[in-house]
Amino acid sequence: MIRLENVAKTYRGAAASALTEVQLHIDRGEFVFLVGSSGSGKSSLLRLMLREEKPDSGDLFVLGENLKTLPQRRVASYRRKLGVVFQDFRLLPNKTVYQNIAFALQVIGKSRAFIDTSVPDVLRLVGLADKSSSFPAALSGGEQQRVAIARALVNRPELLLADEPTGNLDPDNSKEIMGLLSRINLSGTTIVMATHDRGIVDQMQRRVVEIQAGRIVRDAETASYHEAPSGQVEIPEDQA
Amino acid sequence: MVLSIVLVTFVSLSFVSVAALLQIQIGNLKSYWYDKAQVAIYLCNDFESELVCPTGAISQTEQITVVGQLESSALIKYIENYYFESQDEAYQRLLDEGGEISATRYLNPDQLNATYWVSLRDPKQADLVVEAFESQPGVAAVADQRSYFDPIIGLLNGATLAAGSVATVMLFSAALLTTTTIRLSAFARRREIGIMRLVGASSASIQLPFILEGLIAAILGGGLAIGLNLFLVENYLAESLASELAFPNFVTSADVFAVAPYVLCLGAILAVLASGISTFRHLRT
Repeated sequence: MIRLENVAKTYRGAAASALTEVQLHIDRGEFVFLVGSSGSGKSSLLRLMLREEKPDSGDLFVLGENLKTLPQRRVASYRRKLGVVFQDFRLLPNKTVYQNIAFALQVIGKSRAFIDTSVPDVLRLVGLADKSSSFPAALSGGEQQRVAIARALVNRPELLLADEPTGNLDPDNSKEIMGLLSRINLSGTTIVMATHDRGIVDQMQRRVVEIQAGRIVRDAETASYHEAPSGQVEIPEDQA
Repeated sequence: MVLSIVLVTFVSLSFVSVAALLQIQIGNLKSYWYDKAQVAIYLCNDFESELVCPTGAISQTEQITVVGQLESSALIKYIENYYFESQDEAYQRLLDEGGEISATRYLNPDQLNATYWVSLRDPKQADLVVEAFESQPGVAAVADQRSYFDPIIGLLNGATLAAGSVATVMLFSAALLTTTTIRLSAFARRREIGIMRLVGASSASIQLPFILEGLIAAILGGGLAIGLNLFLVENYLAESLASELAFPNFVTSADVFAVAPYVLCLGAILAVLASGISTFRHLRT
């Protein structure tokens, strides 16, 4: 589903590389945490997967597309195959919950009939069926993030990218969101989530990919947030 | 913001259409008067200066030569018709045209020039006749009546140039304003645009509303410009100027409507280009 081969990225004007020789394979249906300190390269990796940036070198395959050579005109159709959520929710304040989710379908030309069935379905999935006519300002942070997740899922993507989705939430709301993401993952959606939240990673016991200074320094199945002892880098067998 | 595009486009396209209407006016003027304009071959009389007519009044031989030349194969193909106006006929015409206050109170027929009035198939070929006769013995002067219109045509051409220059500057301003306005508009809607990009909206669907915004503003501006021109033509030219002046061929509402599609197209093309460039630079996927 996701394959990065020797991917490197340096932003214009930056002294250091954002990503260096990144090798990463993620299979369909996996739930992967990207962990690392601020500026380590987690968000850069997500931006590459979202095709907001192109790698300088190496190959990057996501959902069957080579993102290094993907022409600009096909970027939009590629993005329709994945969903993305952010720490700051990115909801439109002047639209209701329903309208926020419907907007994502309207702008890609989905029919009214498809919208009328998909939006209530996804609202039920995230547990916000009774809030469909509320405006974002009237919702809690956790509810707003659930709306954002609903918007990311409404077009039934195979892959969900989440950049610090619990970063603005208290522990209870974070737990709620992680429960929701787990259920989504169980239904077959691959999830790649960048996070700082040690507690969540420890609790979830999923695959953890740790990035430091643009390099993957640990890639461990069902791991906790804590780093491996110094000098010991865990690399799965298929990448060794 | 959009209102500013409408207004600037309105002013700039007003100047464009004024320039176009001035050119139509020049065309009307030429087609109306040039067809009537003739070349006059004034023959020598006893009162011309020796410098112009050294041998005095035209002799019969010289007049036969003039007629021979008019009938020559070199010139006849350019000439629609010609006729001779004697000194007495010229005097009578002055009387008819001016009545008591005309120059006839101080002149007698001998002081006037007998004239060959030549109508040409193509009035633009008048120079041929002028050149052929101006140094002909017995000919005092050759005048192309078209030259009487040169000052007014020059004035109208100058006005066209002025209107065109202002229009060019204004159109450039309109294009710049359109790009700036769209940039601001995109900035104001950056959250919405950001979401559209993330969920996979195509560049066209992101950019189209902005291009349409510029296009509609330009077409509104163009519509106002055409409205202003119609108002001026109907209320000023048709009502007052045309009734005061004898010239019947002023531009009409029909001319304004004939120019309108071009004016609207120019405004639309400009708006689409300006907004297209702006959205391409700021709103790519």
